[in-house]
Amino acid sequence: MSKKKEAKKIVFNSEKEMPIVAMSIGSMLYNKTGAWRNIKPVIDLSKCIKCGICWKFCPDASIDIIDDWPQINYDYCKGCGICAEECPQKCIVMVEEEK
Amino acid sequence: MTKERKMTLTIPKEELMSPGHLACQGCGASLAMRLALKALGQRTVVCIPACCWAVIDGPFPHSSLDIPIYHCAFETAASSASGVKAGLEMVGDTETTVLAWAGDGGTFDIGLQALSGAAERNEDIIYACYDNEAYMNTGIQRSSATPLGAWTTTTPVKHYKKHPKKDIIGIMAAHRIPYVATASVAYPEDMVKKFKKAKEIKGTRFIHIFAPCPAGWKSRPEDTIKLARLAVQTGYFPLYEVEYGEKWTLNLKIKERKPIAEYLKLQGRFRHLKDDEIAMIQKEVDANWERLLKRCEQ
Repeated sequence: MSKKKEAKKIVFNSEKEMPIVAMSIGSMLYNKTGAWRNIKPVIDLSKCIKCGICWKFCPDASIDIIDDWPQINYDYCKGCGICAEECPQKCIVMVEEEK
Repeated sequence: MTKERKMTLTIPKEELMSPGHLACQGCGASLAMRLALKALGQRTVVCIPACCWAVIDGPFPHSSLDIPIYHCAFETAASSASGVKAGLEMVGDTETTVLAWAGDGGTFDIGLQALSGAAERNEDIIYACYDNEAYMNTGIQRSSATPLGAWTTTTPVKHYKKHPKKDIIGIMAAHRIPYVATASVAYPEDMVKKFKKAKEIKGTRFIHIFAPCPAGWKSRPEDTIKLARLAVQTGYFPLYEVEYGEKWTLNLKIKERKPIAEYLKLQGRFRHLKDDEIAMIQKEVDANWERLLKRCEQ
């Protein structure tokens, strides 16, 4: 995940602000897909063997590797459960989301 | 002691797909794009026709990829990519990789003539087809990539698909293009290796990616990787590559193939199948596997 980009929605107030052709000028980071999920993954780091499999298989690129440890980005995790299913140590569990 | 271990990543760390995209939960196609871009790097242009990825990327003026994207008409993925490559060459850019990224509908059915034309001219592009085995974006209609026995909205349970899947690798290999390969999202190292290999080759390169679709296959989102792995282990979707239409190589040799029923029972689209129909599918898979082994031995 690139840190340079802003998670900001671009809104045009008039047609003058629009680019000449249809082009991408912003990032989809504004779309916090974390609101989609019913269950969320929780990593028990004491059992983690740092294999990187959860990071490798995340289709939403929402598992970051920070200081060699996997960390879930709950702003974007859609709660598909692939990480919990694929974890060889079974140290990721899916718990129900409470709001 | 496990705390002292260092994390060793088997695929590049660079991330060119940002989160926040509009794919369903457990989407195989978005994972396929993530892995492909990890291999190809920043200097890539993607041409995307109408397919799931036309939606996943996000609406104007936002995008979830850090690289230029050209959205083109359904049937023109290969010809648009050829045009982009020709334009880049005119301004003296020979380094940039041009990737055409189409779904199975845009490759097997609608885009086949453009793809065949580009392959015949041996245009310097990579054509990647992520195969979710139906027109998932428009609501699960049958395509010629839909396997035998599958339910879709246009092949309902009583009239499930009676025809086997089109052999796209055979078609592309018959064009004698430099590189044709299959890849699966369950084997990221293999997939990254194939894209890196394709990047170094000049000429038309075709990569067929198996990307499970939980919404269309009526499977659980967490089973995406398991399904892709089972497809390889049962011999339903073997991992192999073909160079210049001559040299067939099997990348993952499977000693004991699992029964196809294991793969079928995880998916709702095959729920209606009876034992004799499963045996029929098993027979077809076996025949394809034998044919592939024969080709690889030569």
